[in-house]
Amino acid sequence: MAQSITAGQKWWAGGKSPFNVEYGKLMMWYFLMSDAFTFGAFLISYGTIRFSSNSWPNPNEVFRTFPFIGEMKIPLAFVSLMTFILIMSSVTMVLAVGAGHNNDRKGVMKWMFFTILGGLAFLSCQAWEWTHLHSEGAWWGRNPFMNIDGSQSSTNFTNFFFTITGFHGFHVFSGVIINIIMLIMTWRGDFDRKGHYLMIEKAGLYWHFVDLVCFYLL
Amino acid sequence: MEHSQTNTAAVPHDEHGFSTKAVWRTFWILLIITVVELALAILYYETDFLPKHFLNGIFIIGTLAKAFFIIAEFMHLRHEIKNMIMTVGIPAMLFIWFLTAFLWDGNSYKNLRNAYDRNHLEQSKIPAKEPQAKKPGAVE
Repeated sequence: MAQSITAGQKWWAGGKSPFNVEYGKLMMWYFLMSDAFTFGAFLISYGTIRFSSNSWPNPNEVFRTFPFIGEMKIPLAFVSLMTFILIMSSVTMVLAVGAGHNNDRKGVMKWMFFTILGGLAFLSCQAWEWTHLHSEGAWWGRNPFMNIDGSQSSTNFTNFFFTITGFHGFHVFSGVIINIIMLIMTWRGDFDRKGHYLMIEKAGLYWHFVDLVCFYLL
Repeated sequence: MEHSQTNTAAVPHDEHGFSTKAVWRTFWILLIITVVELALAILYYETDFLPKHFLNGIFIIGTLAKAFFIIAEFMHLRHEIKNMIMTVGIPAMLFIWFLTAFLWDGNSYKNLRNAYDRNHLEQSKIPAKEPQAKKPGAVE
């Protein structure tokens, strides 16, 4: 892969990889593009419905609870915590990729472990949030929350919330599974034998993407 | 030399080196943006000190900035070749159209419906019949 192009050579004249990334990584980027558009379609349809409604529930009121503390005066505190967990696990993922660059097996395993931990923490938070909302009577097709102006709300709000966070949660879940597989492969020394840790980089790309999508969910 | 790229994938590319320092710098930037956003949200919730649209603008810019830093640094895109950046970046521009067109359409649908379907407008202003009787704590 390490192809340096000397002056006067052309990238597209053939005989070299014009993007200078390996095949799998490029395909991962393209997959992420298509996945971004899937998430985009969800978010845009949510936005369109939101903009075409006269009123809507106030998310600051709905998502105000915090586990074990109960009602908080701080709106969206729990959501911010979840975002922070994902940012942290993104950082540990980069560090795992960095350790992979140096063929440092111990380092990769350590950082992958923390990344998986972060993913599981996020999933537990989401499970709590869903359980909590469900106990308040919210589910697909059921919306106990009033609009911000006190009028009756349609089920659009809960439908979109559960669909989009569910889709995202499924992505995080797949990411955790992939990361666990990567961890096992690292532990078995598969990447040492291959001589590179590029698989980790690809899993890392996926992970960051999942993290990124999270920002847009609320 | 000509066909070497097909089977030299095993060589880690080291022309863009990895720096732990840059990772942590990006982390602090992301953290600061998030904290500022959260602080603004809390301030707004308590005091209404800024117009909501202005605040939403700040959030959108903050989120875009975070997206940029994650893609550029964590996902390493900024250190790839320009062709590679463009093949990912240019299709992403579709989102600009995607957003404006659809939100605009939703808004226009709402206005048209309110203008020509008075019944819908009146219906949507009726207060909810059962104000959270059996779900304490759901909404004040």
